[in-house]
Amino acid sequence: MIRFEPRGPVAVSKVISVTVAAAVAALVLAAVPMLFAGLSVFEAYGLMIKGAFGSAFAFTEMLTRATPLILTGLAAAVAFRAKLWNIGAEGQLYAGALAAVAVGTGLFSGPSYVLIPAVIFAGALMGGLVMLGPTLLKTRLGVDEVVTTLLLNFVILLFVQMMLEGPMQDPMGMGWPQSEPILDEAALPKLMDRMRIHWGLIIALISALGVYFLLKRTVWGFEIRAVGENASAARHAGIPVTATFIRVGLLSGALAGLAGVGEVAGLKGYLTADLSPGFGYSGIVVAMLAGLSPIGVVFAALFIASIFVGADSMSRATGVSNYLADLIVAMALLCVLVSGLFLRFKIRLVGAPYAKEASK
Amino acid sequence: MIEILEILVSENFWAASLRIATPLIFGVIGALICERAGVLNLGIEGIFTAGAMAGWMAVWLGAGLWGGVLVAALAGGLFGLLHAILTVPLGLSQHVSGIGVTLFATSLSYFIYRTALPDVSSPPRIEAFQPLDIPILSDLPFIGPALFQQTSLTFLALILVLATGYVLYRTPLGLAIQAVGDNPSAVESQGLSVYGLRMGAVVVGSSIMALGGAFLTMSAFDAFFFGMVNGRGWICIALTVFASWRPGKALIGALLFGAFDAFQVRLQTEVGSFIPGQIFLMMPYILSIIALIVVARKADYPRALLVPYFRGQR
Repeated sequence: MIRFEPRGPVAVSKVISVTVAAAVAALVLAAVPMLFAGLSVFEAYGLMIKGAFGSAFAFTEMLTRATPLILTGLAAAVAFRAKLWNIGAEGQLYAGALAAVAVGTGLFSGPSYVLIPAVIFAGALMGGLVMLGPTLLKTRLGVDEVVTTLLLNFVILLFVQMMLEGPMQDPMGMGWPQSEPILDEAALPKLMDRMRIHWGLIIALISALGVYFLLKRTVWGFEIRAVGENASAARHAGIPVTATFIRVGLLSGALAGLAGVGEVAGLKGYLTADLSPGFGYSGIVVAMLAGLSPIGVVFAALFIASIFVGADSMSRATGVSNYLADLIVAMALLCVLVSGLFLRFKIRLVGAPYAKEASK
Repeated sequence: MIEILEILVSENFWAASLRIATPLIFGVIGALICERAGVLNLGIEGIFTAGAMAGWMAVWLGAGLWGGVLVAALAGGLFGLLHAILTVPLGLSQHVSGIGVTLFATSLSYFIYRTALPDVSSPPRIEAFQPLDIPILSDLPFIGPALFQQTSLTFLALILVLATGYVLYRTPLGLAIQAVGDNPSAVESQGLSVYGLRMGAVVVGSSIMALGGAFLTMSAFDAFFFGMVNGRGWICIALTVFASWRPGKALIGALLFGAFDAFQVRLQTEVGSFIPGQIFLMMPYILSIIALIVVARKADYPRALLVPYFRGQR
């Protein structure tokens, strides 16, 4: 018989080692589908590592892929801290991207130091506003935010498609459903010549530090953590629970919106309906892998990004489906979830006291 | 106006409503069984995909249509078991485990499909379930085509609604399932196994959900496509709340939904050029959100929903 005994606070080093063990476990488990697909596991992982770290180009591609994941990971982490289950980062990302494109394609003209902040602000604001709806429905009417945020993802994606086939379609786009390109003055600068890596990465890292300080050092951060641990106790302690949920919702949505800004203003230059290959959902994995820690999110995003970029490159080399990457990421989420048990409980195999009961 | 009336009185519209409602009926009944036992199963979107893929692939490999249904249910049951183990004895977050199961089941289904069929551009078709032509009943005017010229899976869904209602309200097992979702420690004090009941409900509920996916590939279409589930699972989660966790209301909700969807498709062909198609496609999701808002105030949640239970705890 297995028995769980709750444990108290756990050292950070232990949290990190257990989480890394979970990530490794996911990589080991991924050998099963690899063998099923007829791959040699060591060779496959060799190709993946080469694909993500093997050259300066590969490495910057990995960082480029990690950029939106850091932001959507932060969006999930900060919301989950307050037990506000925002599963809508995907939609908020698109909303942010749409606002960035609306502002950045010539709503008004000006120098970069005006246009870039305007684009960033518009995207963050729009992402936050999208999350405001489900948050208010939760706090005012008790509507479960998991379902509303999820359903809104579909509504927003359809709205983006409608815009891209209608009022915001690029007249020079040969009929493709894509927006006009973002003005050069409004685009986030590249970090390196001839590489795709852009300033969105800096924005993402600053955001991670910002969220870290918010949670650790500010009253709002304390309130967020208190609400997440026990909302009714927090209410009794005089913490403004509703206001905290609304702040968390706005912040979470804004972070996801920033991910959309980075993808259009930093990477692609224009908006299409296939901007995100599920960054919003991967962000949930990133946040869980990070144990909801903002600094951990950066490392978790790098890990997930290297799996995606590495598996893409491996898939091109071997002809195996790149859905393998999604599969590994999903397995990582499940492994991390289970690993959380080892942090919360001492797990004991108990013989004698339960043996009698079992034989009854 | 005349066009709208014409839509509403056509047999073909009502037949389509029931057809569109069928996967939702499976999904919402499955979700309802899980939630009645106190476990939210957000794995539904992935379990739909797994059911669609597994059922289709089994038929394609020659298992026969009912063999395919069985395989789909089995696949759903396995993912349900995974969710049940994570959330019931291990007591992990039902939200996160459910999302994990969805990601896992979806990516695994896509991966297996792509690995088995690496090079095909158009998916291979199977001989899908055909509408039953029940003698006499199918020939009834209006009702016949609308209600009785459906495939066997639609009838299976309707039978499941009745069976679930009967089991939940008329059998000791059903009462125990309801109790375990409301007050698990009371159930344990009666000598019943909370873990057993909850895990059983999640596994059975998930098998039923998977049939909704199987309906898509084995009845509505005759092949598997990427992204074919397209949010239907999440809509079932919303419908479960709308139905107040009651099988009868679940059926009504799914039918209303199906009717609305069938109606908008037909309306679109009438007025399509004036309104962008996406507006119509958005409606099911917006409608689900509205349904949640409408019933949220009086929603009578199973009291122990989302609350993990540990043995010997009060």
